[in-house]
Amino acid sequence: MSEKTLTRMDLSEAVFREVGLSRNDSSQLVENVLQYMSDALVRGEQVKISSFGTFSVRDKAARVGRNPKTGEEVPINPRRVLTFRPSHLMKDRVAAGNKR
Amino acid sequence: MIRSELIQIIADENPHLYQRDVERIVNTIFDEITNAMARGDRVELRGFGAFSVKKRDARVGRNPRTGESVHVEEKYVPFFRTGKRLRDRLNGKD
Repeated sequence: MSEKTLTRMDLSEAVFREVGLSRNDSSQLVENVLQYMSDALVRGEQVKISSFGTFSVRDKAARVGRNPKTGEEVPINPRRVLTFRPSHLMKDRVAAGNKR
Repeated sequence: MIRSELIQIIADENPHLYQRDVERIVNTIFDEITNAMARGDRVELRGFGAFSVKKRDARVGRNPRTGESVHVEEKYVPFFRTGKRLRDRLNGKD
């Protein structure tokens, strides 16, 4: 595996290459996409991107956790967590691409 | 929110862009993430989250219908971890 890490910069570079907007506009648009997706999730909406995957927000109930080091009981407050479920297409592509 | 709604919001906010370009922009972003993971790379989007690839070891599975045991090969699966800022925002800490 090559194990490179891509960032916003690589995504805006791809937009720049693909669409030919300025680098500035490209990075602004990458930011916009992440922003609107985040806003929808914060409103509690599901974000469903066909052939990519689905982001959903789930409510977790309060529970009693335990500090694994000290054994001490600590309350864990109810919270909202985000889960991502990759589409079949993504799963297939990732499985095929990393196969050896 | 679905892909087409995301494209529509961005198109509305950027009247100087053609709708078809907005479509290409949004598609490029998601394709780029999938392509990176298909190469075994990570994609780290600070504040939003990180996409990575995890290895699932080979195991002996079971056909739930027949109870027969089957060999399942090792495989690589996509994984997403929520970024700190988004996790905080989901919980009203802004």
